[in-house]
Amino acid sequence: MTLPTVTVMLAGVGGQGTILAADVLAKTAVAAGLDVKLSEVHGMAQRGGSVDTVVRFGHSVASPITDHGCADHLVAFEMIEAARQLPFVKPGGRLLVNSRTIDPLPVLIGDLAPPTGVEEALVAEGAIFIDAEELACEAGSPKSANIVLLGALSTGLEFPLDLWMEVIGGRVPPATVEFNLRAFELGRRACGEGGACLV
Amino acid sequence: MSSTLLSGNEAVARGAWEAGASVGIGYPGTPSTQALEVFARMEGVYAEWAPNEKVALEVAAGASMGGARAFVTMKHVGMNVAADPLFTLAYTGVGAGLVVFVADDPGMHSSQNEQDSRNWGPFARVPVLEPADSSEAREFTRAAFEMSEHFDIPVIVRSTTRLSHSKGVVEVTRDRISTEPREYLKDIGKWVMMPAMARARRRSLDERLRQMSEFVEDSQLNRIEMRDSTLGIVTSGVCYQYVREALPDASVFKLGISFPLPEEALAAFAAQVDRLVVVEEADAYLASHLRSLGLDPEPVGLQPVGLPAAGELSPGIIARALGAEAPATRDSVSGLPPRPPLMCPGCPHRGAYNALRKVKAIVTGDIGCYTLGALAPLASMDSCVCMGASVGMAHGMRLAGQGSDRPVAAVIGDSTFAHSGVTGLIDLAYNGSDALVCILDNRITAMTGHQQNPVSGMTLQGRPTTEIDLEALCRSVGVRRVRTVDPHDLAAAEQAVREEVAADELSVIIFRAPCALLIKEKEQPYAVDEESCTACGLCIRLGCPAISTGEDGKARIDAMICVGCGDCVQVCRFSAIELTGPACDIGGV
Repeated sequence: MTLPTVTVMLAGVGGQGTILAADVLAKTAVAAGLDVKLSEVHGMAQRGGSVDTVVRFGHSVASPITDHGCADHLVAFEMIEAARQLPFVKPGGRLLVNSRTIDPLPVLIGDLAPPTGVEEALVAEGAIFIDAEELACEAGSPKSANIVLLGALSTGLEFPLDLWMEVIGGRVPPATVEFNLRAFELGRRACGEGGACLV
Repeated sequence: MSSTLLSGNEAVARGAWEAGASVGIGYPGTPSTQALEVFARMEGVYAEWAPNEKVALEVAAGASMGGARAFVTMKHVGMNVAADPLFTLAYTGVGAGLVVFVADDPGMHSSQNEQDSRNWGPFARVPVLEPADSSEAREFTRAAFEMSEHFDIPVIVRSTTRLSHSKGVVEVTRDRISTEPREYLKDIGKWVMMPAMARARRRSLDERLRQMSEFVEDSQLNRIEMRDSTLGIVTSGVCYQYVREALPDASVFKLGISFPLPEEALAAFAAQVDRLVVVEEADAYLASHLRSLGLDPEPVGLQPVGLPAAGELSPGIIARALGAEAPATRDSVSGLPPRPPLMCPGCPHRGAYNALRKVKAIVTGDIGCYTLGALAPLASMDSCVCMGASVGMAHGMRLAGQGSDRPVAAVIGDSTFAHSGVTGLIDLAYNGSDALVCILDNRITAMTGHQQNPVSGMTLQGRPTTEIDLEALCRSVGVRRVRTVDPHDLAAAEQAVREEVAADELSVIIFRAPCALLIKEKEQPYAVDEESCTACGLCIRLGCPAISTGEDGKARIDAMICVGCGDCVQVCRFSAIELTGPACDIGGV
């Protein structure tokens, strides 16, 4: 049986935990018996720059990277990066956005004006918004915002809940398992069945 | 056997371990770094960071000569540093297997150039293997050790960013080839490369190359996949995956060994297909070799095959170059600000640049996190070329007559200084330069993800060790003016810079404070008192990502990412920045 390859892009800013989230997703797909490729970039980009990670899974996956118009899901950890990576998402693909903006340094220091119309453009593209930091604080730590977003993503994928929980439990630091599992549940609940967002 | 998800780097380390490599040496460099870090954590190995890639390869040469399989890791530019021993090690050959893992960075995600390490193959006359995914990364590294011993030659395993940093499913085994060192037999004809012996070994190298050229014609590491014969693609490495994705019906000659090339097999493949196209990143390495064989691939970088000559490829780029339609996409949002990388909140380099900016110094820079000092708002660095270059370039600027109205200073990190800044400093002292050299000692090799180094007092495998006494080292090479300051003490840092640029002889200032990411217990974050803030913008000019300008022009501090270093408190003339509570409590999110 040939399964179509599913492509998920996770986009954020260095330090937001995109790479860990991508790793959990990839390991969940492996645990589900699928072939998986994950592509990430380290180094200079990690120092507060844009970080985009791609996870692809299916019966047999060749390329670790993807192209414009080819991603089934975009999980954006921040709105400007959501807008930046928008061309990667298929028409009809799912766009999940953390409703937070992290201004890049040229904006922080006043060299460039903050971008306008980002949220409106994302709304027009059918983005589902979620306040991941707020839910993460509710779960016990703002640092688990990445896992909240994974929980939200999970409602659009077909992996069973216990598989996700098992992989998260084995991947995050032991002291953080409890609130990360709670963060996952909160994200999942916030983006209920059918992809509607309740926050 | 069991299957696991590994990055290309992790899989190379796994392959080296399974092949019985017992000694691993490297210098960190994105995208190669994790290969040695992972190897170092495996059972029954010795691994170390060398101060630079040349030393790493020399230690490995000794281990190989002494009978232990040796594994060396570096990024592409490191190979330039290691090239000196590499060329002669092709002559001497090896004792036990010697494999050099080198990771290139097409597209320059984290590098200053885009050089193609496959060229070392014909240049140094050593075989080059190119795995295309994590599974092959393990398998080819094992094969590289076998080839190294069979043909008595060091073998290069070449990766690129998208192999090194991509994960895929790998079958691994707990079985490991014996690591018992071989007996050492003295053989000056093989190991002492004086002219008479070297001439003989040069002839031997030609014979070994001839044998390797025969071997590659039938090697399982190369693979011919015949499908539709109207289009035949010659490719290697991760580009193979892009070709499979973009052109699933095309016939493919997948090269696993990119030097020496299987010339007869390539000619036979070319004869079987109507169109012959080469798909490769970085240099037109395969295309030019195919042309030299009289095969005639369609031109790369030109129409009708519009593959770009620089940067990375992707399945989409390849598909469109060969005539496919681009998929429908969503419109991009215009006017988005770029997001350059930046120094972290609490970064100690900020204080050093703040001081250099105060004296309007011309600053020759180097390779590390502090390279980011070139960007606004610090905008305090004038050059970045290669590891160690800052020191010599500062001297050269003075020789060109610069420095009369603006002082000339070099900045170099602790690890970079140990890598190749020391020799530069010796030159400056020996030849009487009066430049200022700033060593930004943050106690770690930070940019590549926190590797230990000869200044940090810890080895790769976590053993406490001696650490370089930088002050004593600088004095011992002849620098009389050496001083150390805490870069978070902004006034002291500025005073030190003012005094040393005024001195009429060579000075070294060591700015010493740990990388902000090494400090696990964060200080209390700061907040701006809106009533006291006058919107003067001084704190903004530090370029701390935790500080932003509000719509009223006044400063804001993001309590989520502020680490409480206090640099901004020192530049504020209105005492408007004060301590606050933890992020969640004060609604900082």
